[in-house]
Amino acid sequence: MKKINKSVMSAVVSGVVAATMAGSAVAATDGKIKIGILADMGGTYADICGPGCVTAAKMAVEDFGGKVLGQDIEIVSADSQLKPDIASSIARKWVEDEGVDTIGGLVSSAVSGAVSKVNADNKKITLISGSASNTFTTKSCNPYNVHWTYNVVALANGTVKPMVQAGKKKWFFITADYSFGHALEGVASKVIKANGGEVVGNVRAPLGTTDFSSYILQAQASGADVVALANAGNDTVNALKAATEFGLTEQMDVAGLLVFTQNAQAMDPSVAGGMRLTTGFYWDLDDKAREWGKRFEERHGRIPSMIHAGVYSSTMHYLNAVKDSGTDDSDTVIKKMKQTKPEDFFSRNAELRPDGRMVHDMLYVEIKKAAERNGDGDIYKVIEVIPAAEAYNPMQAQCNFS
Amino acid sequence: MNKMKLNLVLLAIALLAPMVLYPVFLAKVLCFALFACAFNLLLGFAGLLSFGHAAFLGTGGYVTGYLMINSGLTPELAIIAGMVAGGLLGAIFGKLAVKREGIYFAMVTLALAQLVFFFYLQAPFTNGEDGMQGVPRGALFGLIDLSDNLVMYYFVLAIFIAGFWMINRTVHSPFGQILKAIRENEDRATSLGYDVNRYKLVAFVISAALASLAGSTKSLVFNLASLTDVHWHMSGEVILMTLVGGVGTIFGPVLGAGFIVTMQNYLSGGELGNYIHIIMGVVFVICVLSFRSGIVGQFAKFKRDNF
Repeated sequence: MKKINKSVMSAVVSGVVAATMAGSAVAATDGKIKIGILADMGGTYADICGPGCVTAAKMAVEDFGGKVLGQDIEIVSADSQLKPDIASSIARKWVEDEGVDTIGGLVSSAVSGAVSKVNADNKKITLISGSASNTFTTKSCNPYNVHWTYNVVALANGTVKPMVQAGKKKWFFITADYSFGHALEGVASKVIKANGGEVVGNVRAPLGTTDFSSYILQAQASGADVVALANAGNDTVNALKAATEFGLTEQMDVAGLLVFTQNAQAMDPSVAGGMRLTTGFYWDLDDKAREWGKRFEERHGRIPSMIHAGVYSSTMHYLNAVKDSGTDDSDTVIKKMKQTKPEDFFSRNAELRPDGRMVHDMLYVEIKKAAERNGDGDIYKVIEVIPAAEAYNPMQAQCNFS
Repeated sequence: MNKMKLNLVLLAIALLAPMVLYPVFLAKVLCFALFACAFNLLLGFAGLLSFGHAAFLGTGGYVTGYLMINSGLTPELAIIAGMVAGGLLGAIFGKLAVKREGIYFAMVTLALAQLVFFFYLQAPFTNGEDGMQGVPRGALFGLIDLSDNLVMYYFVLAIFIAGFWMINRTVHSPFGQILKAIRENEDRATSLGYDVNRYKLVAFVISAALASLAGSTKSLVFNLASLTDVHWHMSGEVILMTLVGGVGTIFGPVLGAGFIVTMQNYLSGGELGNYIHIIMGVVFVICVLSFRSGIVGQFAKFKRDNF
């Protein structure tokens, strides 16, 4: 017996030594590009960045030619379920164990925040396309964050400012209760106050709320001129539905601060028609946008949201930077990405700033009424183009990673 | 002697596993295994079905996370603090709950755990839905850097073994025997002169403290403490792990936790990702209907009948 124990013991000891020596070093650069797309496959944001985000990334890879640095480009995808813990463990597995070079898609600011931290620890680039919070390039900025498509500042500048200036002074917020909603409410409140308006109240609803009636009643009692919906996806649709049922839309203006094409399509034109909003992309803007939008619609079955377009555009910009710099080393690639101006059907007058914020022209649009519509996807009337410089927040000194 | 050999082989497997499998995944399995073992101490040995154990897992995570971010404590101290906090919370829960039995006990624990959930949802330091992000792993005793996954895994393994040993000791001590007596026949235990409620309370506190230990460790492994850990789903999941593995067995919860975590891990990335809850539900139903004693219980029965 003693003998056996001894041999088992020695096996244990040698095992420990071997395991320690083996280490856990995954090569930082293996020459093969693997892109992870993390999206919400079946939840509140599935329509705006779910399987569609994977399709958009695949289209970018195909249009790029499928190969870079002599090897096939691979795409992996997973469902974040909009939970930061799930997202961070998937991201960790991807970058530490499976050789993923960059993670894109990323809807929900809570998810993006968690992933961005994992990526920064591992020196991997985060291509945030679906999230709105501005913290990625301000409070929690890091050299590997790339924030594409839009952010809360652009939304507040685009949608809130003209309304306050037009005399809508008293505002009430119905806010999604997590980082995105808080950021949007905070930034929008600042814009309101700066233009002489006031915030008369706010209420916070958990992500994925289906019954907004109690929040709508509070809004109704507030005596505000405008009820701002600082939420997104199905939350916006449900809130607006409740607002209509309670007759709120007849008493005050309802401003959807973040409305995606899918949501605009889903809402009754008699309710949503005439609502003005800010978007980073509209498929029917011009020929270049239409060409891509049509192709996406053929593949995916629905017209693209600005996030879909942003995923395509950011993936393309990343791949071009990899090709031009001839390596998949993150530090080199991110430098290249910031040096080169992105220019395609999505990015207009665009620039990827040293802080990782991609600024480009935004669109101020109005949802068309039923009579004005000409087909399923014909939903916006472009009021004006907001120049990149006016839309976004200025860069902060501590986030200048040039 | 045979048992000793088995333990050594298991230890060797645990030590060598990270060479084959991803260490963070293994660490996750160990955290949940410890959580399930702590839960099993209550359900399997004292016969108390707590439906609020997520509160302890989450509390451990939040306290440790908060201290790691804000106070600069070393990880072992932060973990101990998390464990103490969970134990204290367990004492409050236990004090209120052990006076009731059966379904009422489960409901009281569930209600209290929901209170705790909404507290964490609203409290500013937890960051609500975002979770407490960027919890640093720190350096063990101020010396050993835990940021390497392999080092972290061995640290978690050490914690798991300590917790597991403690549960094992508790179960096989005179105290554990009395718990079993209470489980089998509470009135008789009372008539023998035991203060039943006090024994239950102590068992509850030990279980809560160990569940918090699991939560504290988990927050370090993932650099994150989030609402998922406090949500009542988690209380349900730990029941599932314990049932699948085998209630009232020593190794059952470990196997059950391994099984459930592996399933979640492999399903979440694949085509079946959307059906993960349905699949887990089916597993639960099958388990309850056809093999109530769980994997380990069934295996023991098979061995008894055939050898």
